[in-house]
Amino acid sequence: MLSVPNESEIIGDRVATLAPGQPDVTHGTILYLEDVTLSFDGFKALNKLNLTLDDGELRCIIGPNGAGKSTMMDVITGRRKPDSGQVFFGQNIDLLKHQEHEIARGMVGRKFQRPTVFEALTVAENIELTLLGPRAPWAVLKARSTAAERDRIDEVLTTIGLIQLRHQPAGILSHGQKQWLEIGMLLAQNPRILLVDEPVAGMTGEEVARTAELLVSLAGERTVVVVEHDMAFVRKIARTVTVLHQGSVLAEGSLSSVQSNPKVIEVYLGETPCSH
Amino acid sequence: MLFKTLFAGHERGGLIVMLAIVLMLLWVSIGNLAVPASSSWHVSTYTVTILGKFLTYALLAVSIDLIWGYAGILSLGHGAFFALGGYAMGMYLMREIGDRGQYGNPNLPDFMVFLNWHELPWYWYGFDHFWFAALMVLLVPGILAGLFGWLAFRSKVSGVYFAIITQALTYALMLAFFRNEMGFGGNNGLTDFKDILGFSITENSTRVGLFVASGIALILGYFIAQAIVRSRFGRVLVAIRDAEPRTRACGYPVAQYKLVVFVISAMLAAVAGALYVPQVGIINPGEFSPLSSIEAVAWVATGGRGSLFGPIIGAFAVNYSKTQLTTLAPDLWPFVLGGLFILVTVFLPKGLISLLGRRKKPVEESETMVINKAIKQETSVAADRKTEVL
Repeated sequence: MLSVPNESEIIGDRVATLAPGQPDVTHGTILYLEDVTLSFDGFKALNKLNLTLDDGELRCIIGPNGAGKSTMMDVITGRRKPDSGQVFFGQNIDLLKHQEHEIARGMVGRKFQRPTVFEALTVAENIELTLLGPRAPWAVLKARSTAAERDRIDEVLTTIGLIQLRHQPAGILSHGQKQWLEIGMLLAQNPRILLVDEPVAGMTGEEVARTAELLVSLAGERTVVVVEHDMAFVRKIARTVTVLHQGSVLAEGSLSSVQSNPKVIEVYLGETPCSH
Repeated sequence: MLFKTLFAGHERGGLIVMLAIVLMLLWVSIGNLAVPASSSWHVSTYTVTILGKFLTYALLAVSIDLIWGYAGILSLGHGAFFALGGYAMGMYLMREIGDRGQYGNPNLPDFMVFLNWHELPWYWYGFDHFWFAALMVLLVPGILAGLFGWLAFRSKVSGVYFAIITQALTYALMLAFFRNEMGFGGNNGLTDFKDILGFSITENSTRVGLFVASGIALILGYFIAQAIVRSRFGRVLVAIRDAEPRTRACGYPVAQYKLVVFVISAMLAAVAGALYVPQVGIINPGEFSPLSSIEAVAWVATGGRGSLFGPIIGAFAVNYSKTQLTTLAPDLWPFVLGGLFILVTVFLPKGLISLLGRRKKPVEESETMVINKAIKQETSVAADRKTEVL
């Protein structure tokens, strides 16, 4: 059992040094899920799920269909509230007490499977709209782009490698470029944790390699969680792999240790996951 | 400096259209007032009034395009706001008649005397003053749009469902205004206007004045819409149009954005209506008819939605054809309008203005292809490097 202090229990100068909304990662952990259970009509999509993520790591999560991967992401991003269990961001922030849009800003960014970018706007404008800043209509009507914002847009576009296409409408981008742009739109909101759902589905070989490079480069400064079926891709980027099965963690460790785990082999019907 | 901020990044076609309108204003005013009627350069007052009417239609089209072209809100009831603005102006013009009506009653408009009313209804108070009427031109449609939009957008009513309830709105208003008990002249509406701000409404110079005012209103309305569209607010509108759930996920209160732009658009439509009424000399419930709202949407579609000058071209082109055709074969017009709508949707989905831009397009596209290729090369080089390291 992890000792997770409540927000109210934290006292003293350690909290004083934290800006509001900043996670306390003194123990090196950015996300704790403890005994999280969520059922739909009696079916337990998540069953006492325990998961911890270290700050700055790159984690791959695999598992057969219906293992609870999407539901887990729904819970972390505040889209669904679990029936029981705890979800902490750092040691001090109870994510269950926050709304989805609060979590999306500065805490957890989630990239959905299908890319949705604003096709009629330029690549730079796509990033501009997702930058942290005012959202209310009047404030936005008066807003003028500042030098700091332009620098930030450039920085994000450089990271995702689309700086040369900045003035092009996003609609002309290739599938892979749209995926990167969407990752950029998440980065613009400056999340500590990046949840990426099947990033390389439908990508060309070149694009897959480039995406692997991008995700590896993002880890460290941020925590990156990749949910992926493509085992070749997982092998390229993974350090630690978590296998989900029937709503809880089946195995965790390096890819080779996981692949040789008899329980995992059994779940994948006697096949090794890499033969996928 | 001002010039620069006004025109930086401006759509070029829009500037050309604005210039054309300014030239038209000058040419028509001079042609009507300064050139003697015997000269072939003389512009008849009939033409002045027709063009003035077209200018107000163009402003209505711009207001529809602002919400439809940029925020994806299709209103098939914008004629309601146009008509309400017209009624507010009409009420002022009725009060201006004073005791010059047929019954010579200084306190009541003719139709109220006819209905045996003895007192002016409370909602007619204040309309003796032009400033009050002008305020109501903006406020009444603005508040109605605010309430209606708040209810609709809050419940996430959009697309075709929104279009249908706007039709219902304008239809309900039409039925209400047809009733004599409403106190807006019923079937006959408001008419027989004598003067506006002390100028006789039949005078040539007043006609030209109203025509120029309509032109200026259109130009101002265009620049207001342009400023909105080019701001970050406008980019959020486009984002809502193209991917509403995604925009909401980014933290933007989508319903508020739609509400703000809907109210602004309703006010622009109302100003158009207010300028329309003194030029045509009458406002009646027919203006609320669902068909007129649909017709206005057809102007926008014909001109090209998603550019603010396209609807201006559309409003002029369609209405010019309508005037020509209705003198030749009035019964044919509904069929021509319907056919036009189908043809434009099928063959020119971006409207008439796509004919203008057609020559430019291939160049742009090849440019992007070159850039794309450059990026691809870079990526493959990066990928090569990566495999080498491994």
